[in-house]
Amino acid sequence: MTGNSKRVVSISLALLLLCMGASVEMSRKLEAERSGAELQDVMYLPSARSVKALSLGYNGLLADLYWTRVVQYFGSHHHAHTTQYKLLAPLLDITTELDPQLITAYEFGSIFLAQAPPEGAGDPRAAAKLVEKGIERNPTAWRLYYHLGYIQWMELHDSKLASESFQKGSEIPGALPWMKVMAAALAQHAGEYRTATYLWANILNSTTDKYIRDNAEKRLRALKCDEEVRLLQEYITKFTDATGHPPTSWDEMLATGWIKRVPVDPVGKAFKLMNGRVQVADPEKLPFITRGLPPGKESNVLPKLPKQGETRSE
Amino acid sequence: MRRIMVIATNTFREAVRDRVLYNLVVFAVVMIGASLLVGRASIGIERLALVNLGLTSISLFGILISIFLGIGLVYKEMDKRTLYTVLAARPVRRWEFITGKWAGLVMTLVVNAAMMSVALFAGLLYVSGKLTSADWGVVAAIYLILLQYVLMTSLALLFSTFSTPLMSSLFAFSLFVIGSYAGDLRRFANLASGFTRVVAYGMSYAVPNFAALNMILPAAHAVPISTKLVLLDSVYVFVYAGVCLSASILIFERRNLK
Repeated sequence: MTGNSKRVVSISLALLLLCMGASVEMSRKLEAERSGAELQDVMYLPSARSVKALSLGYNGLLADLYWTRVVQYFGSHHHAHTTQYKLLAPLLDITTELDPQLITAYEFGSIFLAQAPPEGAGDPRAAAKLVEKGIERNPTAWRLYYHLGYIQWMELHDSKLASESFQKGSEIPGALPWMKVMAAALAQHAGEYRTATYLWANILNSTTDKYIRDNAEKRLRALKCDEEVRLLQEYITKFTDATGHPPTSWDEMLATGWIKRVPVDPVGKAFKLMNGRVQVADPEKLPFITRGLPPGKESNVLPKLPKQGETRSE
Repeated sequence: MRRIMVIATNTFREAVRDRVLYNLVVFAVVMIGASLLVGRASIGIERLALVNLGLTSISLFGILISIFLGIGLVYKEMDKRTLYTVLAARPVRRWEFITGKWAGLVMTLVVNAAMMSVALFAGLLYVSGKLTSADWGVVAAIYLILLQYVLMTSLALLFSTFSTPLMSSLFAFSLFVIGSYAGDLRRFANLASGFTRVVAYGMSYAVPNFAALNMILPAAHAVPISTKLVLLDSVYVFVYAGVCLSASILIFERRNLK
């Protein structure tokens, strides 16, 4: 190598290193500039249909990329304690349009959408809509009914609708038994006694599992007890209206012919009458009642539900 | 037959010399990266993403190789004037030359796909811990991708017989894009009327139906791919390839090579 060419090589090498360093620095500056823009959620989002049309049939991979983008978007916003998740619903829409069978996106996406800020977007209606879309495209995925029921119950506070969703999901082959249990329990919680009784009787007759049968029997006893308390309370109201004062004991109502015998609960113990209010004698024996409970004691009519996202492993 | 095999083998060797199989290194890196990273970057799609990524890469790598090698199969030989040596000095007929070139490129692509498949299954084994019967769907999807290669190679070779590499690659890639929407074209024809309907129907059957050969998503979701579909696809591709090869031979036979 001549002296001249050595000099050219040295200069080129120096230039190369200089340019590399400068490009890294520029790249860092650009990244900082871009992150500011992203915080405002102003990235361009194409429509779900156009993304699918442009995918050349490789929509599975694109769906996975979009789902990863959803996870990253949610994670970064959650980490930053943001309360705005503007792009979450459209990103989920694109993901599920690209791959309508991507159950994971419906399941976790609905959790991200439903949870109140800063834990999520706080949009349970959009979450329910996403799961309904998933059910429409995957009618045999019983877990989606569970997610829908969960959102309707916990976020939209509609136990009746939630009960219907759990019931529909429980009818799909392969659904786990607690779906039926949830449907019945939520119907009971919603005050739908006839539906609840029908569902619990169905559970009792359709299973040989000792635990589930035992639970169904307790639930049916509780429903019967609730109904008796409701009727007794009606008699007491009528008695009070007629006499101008609430009854002080069952004997007073017996003597005046309002009742024919001292009423007993489904476990055979006489109901208590406390200041015009009917109470069960031993609430521990009737664990799922919603009426006739002593003051301060809360009903535990709803069973503990598996957390969202935990049903996959079952 | 022996002469066709000799040309096919030489075409395969030439492709290997052209470092075509280097794409396998890229594929292996993609597979290893995906296996390790998807679980960390996303939720609940480890196997799904690996199958989607693997099959899409196998498909796209192969399609690109078949276009870029296919378009030069005949043109390059003519340009370098090696074709005259083969056809004049050896007892090789023109149709044998075309068929041999086609078989050689298909062979290259099959070897390439087989190696990528091994890498994909290794990734699946790493992610899932075991291979299950659901993975047969992946094998079926790979077979359908091989049919895509056959189709693409036939088209590229056809264009190579009468056009320049640049125009050939443009034609071949355009047909791949249009063929990916063959189903949509047919749906459009159903909605149209009159002359538009006739043209749209005609086009939807004339373009290669690449959409029918893409079963990546069902394979990723472990949805069984019916044997009937695989058989119909196979017959379709070999009939279509037959059309392309026949047309290539017809054109090549009439070409003045001097």
